[in-house]
Amino acid sequence: MQVFSRHTAIAAPLIADDMNTDQIAPVLHGRGLKEDYRAMLFHRARRREDGSDNPDFVLNKPQFRNAGILVTGNNFGAGSSRESAVWSMLANDIRVIVARSFADIYRENCLQNGLLPIVLAPAEMDGFTARVIAADGAAPFTVDLETQRISGPGGNDIAFDIAAADRMRLLEGLDDIGLTLKHMDEIVSWEQRAAAAQPWLQTARDGR
Amino acid sequence: MPKTLFDKIWDFHRVGERADGRELLYIDRHVLHELHAHHGFAHLEKQRRPVHRPDLTFAVQDHTVATRPGRDDDSNPSGTAFLKAMREGTRRNGIRLFDLGDPEQGISHVVAPELGIVLPGATHAVPDSHASTVGGLGALAFGCGTSEMTHVLATQVMALKRPKRLRARLDGRLGAHVSAKDVALRLIAELGVAGARGYAVEYAGSAIAAMPIEQRMTLCNLNIEMGGRSGFVAPDDATFGWLAGRPYAPKGATWDQALAYWRTLVSDDDAEFDREVTLDCSALEPQISWGTDPSQVVGISGRVPDPAAIDGSRRAAAESAYAYMGLSPGTPLAGLPIDRVFIGSCTNSRLPDLEVAAAIVRGRRVAAGVTAMVVPGSSSVKREAEAAGLDRVFRDAGFFWGESGCSMCAGGNGDRGAPGERCVSTTNRNFENRQGVKVRTHLASPATAAASALAGRIADVRQVLLTGAA
Repeated sequence: MQVFSRHTAIAAPLIADDMNTDQIAPVLHGRGLKEDYRAMLFHRARRREDGSDNPDFVLNKPQFRNAGILVTGNNFGAGSSRESAVWSMLANDIRVIVARSFADIYRENCLQNGLLPIVLAPAEMDGFTARVIAADGAAPFTVDLETQRISGPGGNDIAFDIAAADRMRLLEGLDDIGLTLKHMDEIVSWEQRAAAAQPWLQTARDGR
Repeated sequence: MPKTLFDKIWDFHRVGERADGRELLYIDRHVLHELHAHHGFAHLEKQRRPVHRPDLTFAVQDHTVATRPGRDDDSNPSGTAFLKAMREGTRRNGIRLFDLGDPEQGISHVVAPELGIVLPGATHAVPDSHASTVGGLGALAFGCGTSEMTHVLATQVMALKRPKRLRARLDGRLGAHVSAKDVALRLIAELGVAGARGYAVEYAGSAIAAMPIEQRMTLCNLNIEMGGRSGFVAPDDATFGWLAGRPYAPKGATWDQALAYWRTLVSDDDAEFDREVTLDCSALEPQISWGTDPSQVVGISGRVPDPAAIDGSRRAAAESAYAYMGLSPGTPLAGLPIDRVFIGSCTNSRLPDLEVAAAIVRGRRVAAGVTAMVVPGSSSVKREAEAAGLDRVFRDAGFFWGESGCSMCAGGNGDRGAPGERCVSTTNRNFENRQGVKVRTHLASPATAAASALAGRIADVRQVLLTGAA
């Protein structure tokens, strides 16, 4: 996993609630195993019916074409558990999403891939969103996970909370499977206990 | 100390705690599907890590499979590579695959319970947000992404934060032609699309006790549509009767031992929940979605809501939904002309769902100009339905009768509507463009979908049956 410590980039305001993963990374025709995650991101919202760019979509505006921070509303990433909705962000160099809240599975998928999900309290979010809109892509914001602060044009630094465990995982780019494999002895002894206590759980055989 | 059902299952399966504070929860049954699996196999092979318990892992081909008779790997060209990669990956790793052509192929959330692969009190993971369908049997299930799936393949555990506990008490006797789908849509409308986020949901109450297992699965299936990852019903005699004799269910003395344990899988009387909600189901009428998220729902006699009646924070979403759905506030839902009907998906494709729909369409015709499809949830469901003659009932009425798979739920197999079409669908998501570009989806029960197909309009099933109209 990519390490995350500090990220300086243009912040784009996508002011909407309940953006779902069908919108973020739609299922496209003609797909294969090697998908174009860069083109997938907001594929429908980015295009008009004739296939040309939709100039009104925020990430198509000239000042936000290289945005690396997305600022959005409540319940971001609802719906399907598809991880392409995170991979498509990274393929566009978006490393931070600041939201009022995230859907559970989406937030977990972010943490698994080194994409920093930040939740701000409503009042702070109002202020930060206003600053991002006012900045209008003219100057970048910096998100520092070491100090847990967001800095940039239009005001003071904003502190953000993140669970210590999630912070450590992103800062160190920890191999999640490796972390768990350190507990293999416990897993195997659990299996032995379960085989005695609930033997039907440790075997799954077609009894016909 | 009194415990909730959730706590009993979680505590039994808790293997330990990781350095980062996450709890390791053992996963008894892991079911893969073809959209995610190849990523996981490739990742593990690169890291030279084996699958820890291939014997507790199963795989299905469901998301990309074509539904037309005589299908093969190439029937949906977008799916071919996924089907082949799944076949090769499961062979290399010794995982049982319910492949295209297997008599038990189907949607993971339908196949795992009907074969008895998932059991009460078991933990279950699927790289799909509708994993908690199997909560209808009293299993604790987690939908997950690709990375978490790969983690389970390598370790057979998930690294989780313990969720809070919510009990949804659903009381009252359901009226005629009102089903779990209507209850779930009403509950999502009441709690909102993020109402259960962070909670494991136990469904309880007299309406649940009276509910057949398949309907409990429909209810638990829709749990994610209010933001909850896991939802379940305490197992009871109906559950045990349903499971007995299924191929992978325990047999003989082990069954007796399991049964004795399963009977302890209830929330203790004084157990505390972090949150409780209630819904009186006795006056509930059939429900239908009018908008573009599953909380935008009204009763079948209702109208598209007025913006003034909508909470301020939800108004922008409603405005956008009016435009996408081509509807104005105040328009009655019943009577809206439709182009399509889809009966299927992990939400509503089990045999009783098809029986309900068949009873309504028997001897009648789908309205002119309506394309109507039935896609059974598994090849086993299809076979049983055919043995009962349901395929004839649907075909004679003008329905397409398909091979099993996810089909029009997300359209990943090419089954999609045309732009602007209005579709009554028994699926779980009415998101924009999900069933095809610009397709307007109305979520409803199999009964409402069947009645609407006959009427050519969104219909109140109770009136269609009353008047014989169609």
